[in-house]
Amino acid sequence: MKASSAVERRSAAATAARYVALVACAVVFLGPLAWLLSMSLRTAAAALGRQWIPNPVRWANYAVVFSFQPFANQLLNSAYIMALVCLGTLVVSSLAGFALARINFPGRGAILILVLSSLFIPAETTIIPLYRDVIALHWTDTHIPLILFPICGTVGVVGTFVMRQAFLTLPQEVIEAARVDGASWPRILIRIALPMVRPSLAAVVVLTALSSWNQYLQPLVFLRSRQHFTVPLGLSQYSDQYTGPMYNIQAAATTLSILPVIAIFLLAQRQFIAGLTEGSVKA
Amino acid sequence: MLTPQLLGFAAFGLVPILQTMWLSLQQINPYTGDSRYVGIANYRRFATDPGMPEVLRTTGIYVAGITVLGLSLALALAVLVNHRLPGIQVFRTIFFLPALVTLAAWTLVWRFVLQPQGLLDQISGAVGLGSPDWLNTKGLALASVIVLQVLKGVGINMVILLAALQAVPTDLKEAAYVEGASRRRIFWHVTLPSISPQVFMVGVLLLVGSFQVFEQILLLTGGGPGRSTTVLSYYVYQQAFQYSDQGYASALATILFLLIMLLTAIVWLSRRRLVFYESK
Repeated sequence: MKASSAVERRSAAATAARYVALVACAVVFLGPLAWLLSMSLRTAAAALGRQWIPNPVRWANYAVVFSFQPFANQLLNSAYIMALVCLGTLVVSSLAGFALARINFPGRGAILILVLSSLFIPAETTIIPLYRDVIALHWTDTHIPLILFPICGTVGVVGTFVMRQAFLTLPQEVIEAARVDGASWPRILIRIALPMVRPSLAAVVVLTALSSWNQYLQPLVFLRSRQHFTVPLGLSQYSDQYTGPMYNIQAAATTLSILPVIAIFLLAQRQFIAGLTEGSVKA
Repeated sequence: MLTPQLLGFAAFGLVPILQTMWLSLQQINPYTGDSRYVGIANYRRFATDPGMPEVLRTTGIYVAGITVLGLSLALALAVLVNHRLPGIQVFRTIFFLPALVTLAAWTLVWRFVLQPQGLLDQISGAVGLGSPDWLNTKGLALASVIVLQVLKGVGINMVILLAALQAVPTDLKEAAYVEGASRRRIFWHVTLPSISPQVFMVGVLLLVGSFQVFEQILLLTGGGPGRSTTVLSYYVYQQAFQYSDQGYASALATILFLLIMLLTAIVWLSRRRLVFYESK
C-alpha cells in the first residue's frame, strides 16, 4: 500500500495529535447543531439557558411547529418547487449542454462565455427588475417565478456547464456512427448520450435541489402569505405577538428543515459530493 | 436545442442586468412604480452618501475575511483529513455537513449560539471571559457573520482540495524526502505548487461568492449594530425594499455588478503569477 511509503509514515504521537485536532474541529462543527437539538426539546421557559439535557423533554414542540403556522404547507411548497426546478433544469441543461459540447456551429465559444458570465452575477443585482416583472405579470405571491427564474438563471447555467463537460467525454465515434445511421440529434441525445452520462445527471439534480431548497431573497421579495411561503421563510415566523420569539419552537422547525437533507445525504453521499464539487470545480 | 437556455437566460439573466442599469438612471415613485429619467443623480448620491464609507469598508473586510479565512481553513482541513486513519471518513462527513444545511437554518443555529444566554455566552462565562454581546458589539458582529459563513462553505472546498491533494504523485514527495527535505518544506515547495490550480479556483469562487450575502445578515444582525454589518448587497436590498428607493438601489446594484466584474477580471489576469502549471 502506498500510504506506508516513507514520506507518509508518521509516529504514534503525530497520529494522536491529528486525532486531537480532528475532534476539536468536529466539536466546533457539531456543537451548534447539538445545541439546536437540545433547544428544540426544552420548555419555553428554559429555551434560553444552560439546560443541555432538556428536563422535561418536550416532544410536543414538534407538534406546535405545525399548529402555530402552516409549516406543512411550506414544506410541501419547497418540495414541489424543488422538484419542478430539478426537472426543468435537467431538460434545459441537457439540451444546451449537448449542443455546446457536440454540435459545431459558429459562435459556440461566445455563447459559452456569455452563459458562464452569469455565474458571477449575485441575485441582488437583478432583484429589482425581476420584482418589477413579477408585479407586471401578476405573479406576486405565486410560485411561478421561483420555478422559472432558477431554471433560466444561475442554476440552469451551472447545470448546462456540468452537462457540457459530461458530453465532452463521450467517445466521438459513438455519435458519428449514429449520425451515419441517420439518427436525428434529439434521438442521439435521448437514446445514446443521456444514458451514458447518468452520474452527471445525478450531480445536476443534487446541485439544483440544494440551490432551490436554499432560495431566500426571491421568495422573501415575491411571496406575501404564509400559506405560500417556503421553508426558509417559514423558519422566521415563530414569534408570538404577546410573548415574543418562541425560540424552542423555532429550533424544532429548524431541526425539521435540516434532518431530511442530512438523511438523504447519508444515503446518497457519493452523488451529493460529486454534484457539489462538479458544480464548483468545473464552473 | 440551445434555444430554451438562451431565451431563458436572455429574459431572466441578461436583460435584468441591463434593466438594472437603466433603472439606475431613474427616480422611481415607490407608490405607483412610475419612473422619471434623472441622469446620474443616483450615482452622485452614491458619492455623497454619508453611510457609504462604512458600507464599503464593511464589504471589504467581509470579502477579504471570507476569502482568506475560507481558503486557509479549507486547506488546513483538507491536509488534516488527507490521511488513511480509522474513522477519517466520519470526520470528512462532519466537516461537510453545514454545506447541506439551508443557509437560513444555519444562520438561525448560529443565532441560538451567539445570542445572550446562548451557547457561546455560557462557554465564555465558564472560562472567565465574561459575556460579550456578540451580535450587538461592532467588530464582534461582523466577525460572527464571517465565521458562520466560512464554516458553512468550508466543507465543499475541503473536498475539492482533498481530491487535489490525493492526486499529487507520491514519487514527487518521495524524491524530495530522500533528498532530505523536511515535511514542511515538501508541503510548501512540492505539494502546494502541485495543487495551486485548485487552490486558485477555490479562492476565486470564495472571492466572487462572498459578495452575495443576504439572509446571514437579515436573520442575524439586520445590518447592525449601527451599520457595522451592512455589506453592499444587503444595502441594495435595504434601499430597494425597506426604504423603497428602487432607483438608488439600482445604482448600487450596478456598482456591485461592475465591482465584481472588475475583481474577477483582475484575478483572472493575475492567475499566471499565482498558479503553477506543469506545461508552459
